[in-house]
Amino acid sequence: MHFTINGQPHQAEVDIRTTLLDLLREHLSLTGSKKGCDHGQCGACTVLVNGRRINSCLTLAVMHQDDEIVTIEGLGTPEKLHPLQAAFVKHDGFQCGYCTPGQICSAVGMLDEVEKGWPSHVSATLDDPDFTDDEIRERMSGNLCRCSAYPNIVDAIREVADAKQPAQAEAAE
Amino acid sequence: MTTNALRMDKPVEQSLLDSGVQGIIGKGIERIDGPLKVAGQATYSAEYDFPNLAYGFLVRATFPAGKISSIDAEGAKAMPGVVDVVVDLKTFIRNAQQGGETEAPTQGVKDVAYFGEPVAIVVAESYEIARDAAQLVAVRYEPAEGVFTFDDHVDDAIKPPPGSMPPYHSQGDLDAAMADAAFTIDNVWRTPSQNSAAMEPHASIALWDDDGLTLYGSLQMPSSDKQQLAKSLGERQSKVRIVARYIGGGFGSKLGISPDTVATAIAAKAVGRPVKTVMTRQQVFDATVRRSNTQQRFRLAADADGKLTGIGHETLCSNLPGEGYFEPAGQATQFLYGGENRIIKHDLVELNRTLSGSMRAPGEAVGLLAQENAMDELAEQIGIDPIELRRINDPAQDPQKDIPYSTRSLTRCLDAGAKAFGWEQRNRTPGAKREGDWLIGHGMAATTRTNMLQPSEAAVSIGPDGRALVETDMTDIGTGTYTILAQIAGEMLGLPIERVAVHLGDTKSPPGAGSGGSWGAGSSGSSVYLAAQALREKLAKAMGVEADDLTLKDGHAIAGNRRVAIGELVGDGITATGSIEPGKQEKETTQASYGAHFCEVKVHAVTGEVRVTRWHSTFEAGRILNQQTARSQCIGGIVFGIGTALTEEAVHDDRDGRIVNHDLVEYHVPVHADIPHMDIVFLDERDPHANPLHAKGIGELGIGGAGAAVTNAIYNATGVRVRDYPATLDKLLEGLPAV
Ligand code: FES
Ligand code: FES
Repeated sequence: MHFTINGQPHQAEVDIRTTLLDLLREHLSLTGSKKGCDHGQCGACTVLVNGRRINSCLTLAVMHQDDEIVTIEGLGTPEKLHPLQAAFVKHDGFQCGYCTPGQICSAVGMLDEVEKGWPSHVSATLDDPDFTDDEIRERMSGNLCRCSAYPNIVDAIREVADAKQPAQAEAAE
Repeated sequence: MTTNALRMDKPVEQSLLDSGVQGIIGKGIERIDGPLKVAGQATYSAEYDFPNLAYGFLVRATFPAGKISSIDAEGAKAMPGVVDVVVDLKTFIRNAQQGGETEAPTQGVKDVAYFGEPVAIVVAESYEIARDAAQLVAVRYEPAEGVFTFDDHVDDAIKPPPGSMPPYHSQGDLDAAMADAAFTIDNVWRTPSQNSAAMEPHASIALWDDDGLTLYGSLQMPSSDKQQLAKSLGERQSKVRIVARYIGGGFGSKLGISPDTVATAIAAKAVGRPVKTVMTRQQVFDATVRRSNTQQRFRLAADADGKLTGIGHETLCSNLPGEGYFEPAGQATQFLYGGENRIIKHDLVELNRTLSGSMRAPGEAVGLLAQENAMDELAEQIGIDPIELRRINDPAQDPQKDIPYSTRSLTRCLDAGAKAFGWEQRNRTPGAKREGDWLIGHGMAATTRTNMLQPSEAAVSIGPDGRALVETDMTDIGTGTYTILAQIAGEMLGLPIERVAVHLGDTKSPPGAGSGGSWGAGSSGSSVYLAAQALREKLAKAMGVEADDLTLKDGHAIAGNRRVAIGELVGDGITATGSIEPGKQEKETTQASYGAHFCEVKVHAVTGEVRVTRWHSTFEAGRILNQQTARSQCIGGIVFGIGTALTEEAVHDDRDGRIVNHDLVEYHVPVHADIPHMDIVFLDERDPHANPLHAKGIGELGIGGAGAAVTNAIYNATGVRVRDYPATLDKLLEGLPAV
């Protein structure tokens, strides 16, 4: 199999039963993506595949020939954090840190969905909805955090989103 | 090496943290382990790689009670890639151990006691192979009678041995007080089994070499876990090392060793290779630890002025036969309110269900639901503000022990919280406030958490580079330990936070208190304080002055008119150990943190759906070591409380006791959409009776009463009292006001 992971080409022989998550964690030593449930229930394993967020425990590695995969390690490093990573540190958007890579990857994917104008369950309109805090909460609800850093995660995402789209932020107020 | 030891026999009137000038203690500075965590580079237990690592997968009993006659592993062993199937019915542990115990837990799995009990382990070249092969292992057994239902067996309840509190307490004559009272409450509350559901499943990697066993484990208390593990394996303690640098949440579920710990160690020895075992989420539910279900009769007797004359809290919980641990639901009842006639009772129903043990705020988390709902009911009956009722019953000293409180801040929290929330503007008539399809209600509740100190040690050293290193086997389970220990050391030694490194979670370091019972910061922090105090003496000596005349700031020692870089005063480096242990203060004062919760909920007038829309809590817990991590801890607790109030329930099958909803889709922990913005305020306080830091525990303070605030608000919105937790909509529908 061939994949591009965090911009690097990777070749791997994989068991047909191996999930994308286990490929990352057990075969490629990319342990930033976490396993919380292995059943698509918690979001700890969220990565970006061809730009879209996905629960990597729910998809088999063999389904991803030639795909572009971005994991938390590909977003930034401790020395050079991605803006969302930095905002999570600033707002204490985590405690134990175990759900955190999934939250951050999910937030990256989510902000992209918002940018494309996709509505959510709580959107008042189907067309380019206002990006309220309730939108963040709704759209991030697939990512559980038992430490319950939820309010701080919302603050972190809000800050990054506002910096990205000042015009839309004003409209939301 | 110098050791600075302190037993808390007397209050420590002056804390050096108040005279430090580095100015980092208390500040909400960012977590020092934050960048590693957000970049996915913090290594949790299952994330170490070793050459020749094999994968373990636990084989569980799929029956709830019986004697194993044989385990047929031939099919599994024949599968390509299977290394071995390891069976050791004598040494495997039946269940997890409770926190802080130094003995092995109940050992031996020939007699299965609950559904899902791990009885063997498959070791294979890959996770996928191990998992598949585990399905082929046939466990043959003779079935035995089990006891599965709680309601049918409450009459068989036994008096458990003393735990964190005595099981029974009685003073005065409660029945007479009830008969004479102007106002009384006498109701029964029920809470279901719960699961901590830490996001990181329990995991172990075991490696044997000439020095013995190294176990990378997701464990909250390495120093006692090491003793438990050594005894389970029949090894000397010096031959066992536990490493737990990062832990993906614990909440009590990882206090003691769990079945994977011992099974993985045995397997690694048997196959002569390192073995890694990660529990599946379902195994975490079935085979680690739950919070027991409870049934609680709560009685209040009050005179015409609302002053309590009696309190009764008689509780039942469940556990595996012979375990003895009981949910101390009456913990806060002992000291939160006055009333001279009192009964507190804990009885235990022995059932073939997953072990019960500690989950965040064992006792208060469920006991305060009953107590704070009962107080709300009483206030309504008397016709006074529930805050006023609590103020009237704020006793001058501990009503059971007749000893002073070290500090007592309940009323301060109630008053400040009420003001911040706007309690005066609350809805005053249940069911009367409606906005569109939603009924709006307001509720409040008090919280408290007993403060505890545990023996704890740490070593602190300063090198010639002027950097400090803190070492202890204490853990950071998300609590912020790395950061607050660095803050304490930095404040004491006059070092910016970047110049303090903290190494945690390795039993090669001095034994720390471990993370549990909200004692971590106070206990482990004090050991760092004491070590740093000894280093200050050394630095003073090097400067030729008394320690009191020395100022340490920004990496420099300042005395008289000299200013010297600290690194120049330490030669090749200096080290000291700090050691704290509880003493007479624990017996002479009642120590606790306090708080008050206020919330608004909306309840859908047609469906009964409940949303929490607004939250404020005010807390007082001694010195707050880091405003930001403290706030996060309290929010975490409150959200557990909201889950308890609204959604969390582990459902047992009546036929075999198994937990039916043993995953994160069916066991509902709160999600983003369930939680509003949280307004959290800490009042400033110092408790010199607690420890030299003057700080008290906060990890479990938030959860107490939080669920009761929600159900009190639901009552205020709808006029429906729910005493059978969680308050799911089916329990509201019938009583909702006519649409
Ligand atoms: S591990 Fe993939 S969703 Fe939980
Ligand atoms: S930070 Fe611990 S689960 Fe989210």
